[in-house]
Formats: sequence, structure tokens, C-alpha cells
Amino acid sequence: MSVSRILLGLLEPRSQHGYVLRRRYDEWFGNSRPLKSAQVYATLGRLDRDGLIDLTGVASGVGPDRRVYAITEAGVGELDRWLDEPEVPEVTASRRVLFAKVLIALSSGRPAEPMLDRQRQAHLARMREMRVQRQSGDLLGQLDADFEMYHLDADLKWIDGAVARLARLAALVSRVDNPQKESR
Amino acid sequence: MTLQGSNLALRFGRTVALDGADVTISPGEIVAVMGPSGSGKSTLLHVLAGILRPEHGEVRLDAQRIDNLPDSRRSKLRLRSFGFVLQFGDLVPELSLRENVALPLRLLGTPRAEARRRAAELLGHLAVAELADRRPGQVSGGEGQRAAVARALAHRPSVIFADEPTGALDSAAGEVVLDALTGLARQEGSAVVMVTHEARVAAYADRTVFLRDGRVAA
Repeated sequence: MSVSRILLGLLEPRSQHGYVLRRRYDEWFGNSRPLKSAQVYATLGRLDRDGLIDLTGVASGVGPDRRVYAITEAGVGELDRWLDEPEVPEVTASRRVLFAKVLIALSSGRPAEPMLDRQRQAHLARMREMRVQRQSGDLLGQLDADFEMYHLDADLKWIDGAVARLARLAALVSRVDNPQKESR
Repeated sequence: MTLQGSNLALRFGRTVALDGADVTISPGEIVAVMGPSGSGKSTLLHVLAGILRPEHGEVRLDAQRIDNLPDSRRSKLRLRSFGFVLQFGDLVPELSLRENVALPLRLLGTPRAEARRRAAELLGHLAVAELADRRPGQVSGGEGQRAAVARALAHRPSVIFADEPTGALDSAAGEVVLDALTGLARQEGSAVVMVTHEARVAAYADRTVFLRDGRVAA
């Protein structure tokens, strides 16, 4: 999730200080990972340094979150670019780790199937949580849960596909690990 | 009531369908059964429900062993203690939705007026009350499946067995059926054993039993 671009977008309608931005962010996007204050200030600092936002004043009170920022013209341009550009379809980090775990398990002679079975149960448990969120949540919560559920579903299909190919995969890994066997 | 299958084994010719499967369904629990094609999901459901007899192992409903009962007693037990939702509803085409839902009650000897009242109540819960007088062929697949859910719940069974209950529906209609099935089962204290190949369906359960080669893998 591009926190900096989201904060930029939240700043566009009106100037805000960090506290309000963080609250708004968490309200819409914080379900999966709420923002830490330090992350907000660090991100605003970088956006300011890059000329995408300007410090326009300091509200009364103390603390760094009282600094009020506004989006600059360059910031609006960057926001346009970010919104216009399709996202590169990204393999989720967890699936990359899973892929690595399967190969490492096989190449070290460990059974990969129980590991994938446990992962399937962990994914299904998360799916149940998301379904409950979907049922009890407002429209934003439902869309958020849907997004995760469809991705979990894709991961689960990958797990099933991996289990179905484990024997072939083990043979492949074995050939790579022991090339002499192949040539004999 | 607790339903327990222990060390269940069954072959069809040379094909091994179940090979030592163990599963326990606690009272009111909703359990999804998943697994690759041919892993024994539907066979497990049929054995637990007393439709098929296992070659080895046993099935108990609380203390009572049910797999070795004579056919007629197993039929009565199924009628009294179990409800069924199948992929294509399997409603009786000649009967109205109301009559379909009232059918298990009537077979159990419930007076006609009381059976009709219960059917109307359930069809209302499932938002198909206005279709009560139509026949299955005159309603959509989703509406028919909701009536099938009502029929499965009508006699307040201990366990409802559902085999791909939304397999023939689109996702929106499927969600309505699953909300109804799991919501009303929880409300009425019935356990549900639900075979599915879809993770989004399994997400309605309290837990998932995963079968592979006729055994519980996880």
C-alpha cells in the first residue's frame, strides 16, 4: 500500500495536520495495518522534501501533528500519475514466502505436504475472519473483506495446485541438487 | 448430539473412497469438508448420514451406533435426526414449496396445521414466503435452494448434511442460501456438515476438515 500517495490524496481536498490524516487513513485503510504516528510524520517530511506538499502553518497547541500541510501543484501532478497508472499485478509477499518454503522443504528432504496443509488451515481461518467482517461491516468493511477473501482464495488454489504437483516438484528439485545423478 | 465417525473405510470396487477417516461433529457445530476430487468428501457425508454403510469403522450419534442398524431403522433415524440440502435442491416437483418444507414433519406425524405453520415460518425466515404456493419448477434455483434449506431445518434435526449446497448457484444467490443455512442452523442449534470445493463457502463453517485419499489430512 502506498502510504505516501494515499496521504497525498487525503490532503488534496483541504490542508490538514498529521493527526487528522492519520485518523482518516485508519478509518478507511487501517483494518489491515493501522498507521503509526512516526510513519505519518516521516512520510509527510519526505513529501515536503520532494516538493509534493508544503508546510502552510502551525495550529495552536504543541506536538509535531500540529503542523498543517497543503498539497502543491507538483503533488497534484504526482497524485494524477499515481491514480492513472495501473498497478503492476503483484504476487503477495506471503505467497512468495510459501513458494520459497516449499522449495526449501523439498530440497532439504522435508515433507512439504503437511506444511501446505497447515497453511491451508491458516488461510481458511483468515477467510472465516474476513467473512465475519464482511457480514458485520459497513460497505467499506465489506469491500475490504472481499478484496482479501478473493486473494486468500487465489492463494488456496495455489496451495492445492502445489500439493497436486509435489512429487514432480520434488523430482525437479532433486535433479537440480544432484546433477550427477541425471548425467549418469 | 455428537456425531462421530471412527476409522471409516469404504471401497467401490477397486476404488478406495474412505481409508481410515476419523471425524467428530459436536452439537451445533458447522463443519466444512474439503478435498480434491475423489478424496472421499461425498462418501464421508453419506456414511456419516447413514446412507452408506462403511466396510470398517463405525458411526455413532451420541452413544448409539448407527452404521450397523437395519435399513428401516436407519431410514427412521435419518428422517428424525438429520436434514439434507443437496446441490440441486431435490424438492418434490409435484408439491408446492410449502408442502415440500412441511413434508418431513408430516412423515414424522406432525399434524397438518402445525406442519404448515412451521413451513410458513421457515419460508418467511428465508424470504420466500410469497412463493409458498409455487412449485419448484416455478421458482429460481436460488429460491428453490432456500426452500430446500427450510425443508432441511423443518423438523429441527440434530445434523444437517449439505453436499455442495450452492454448487448450482451464482455467488450472490449462493451467499443468500449460505447465510440462511448457517444462520438458521446456529439459531436452532443444528450442526451442519457441508461438503464444498469452494473456500468462500467453507468460510461459513467453524472449521474445515480436509480429506486426501480417503483420510483426514488436516
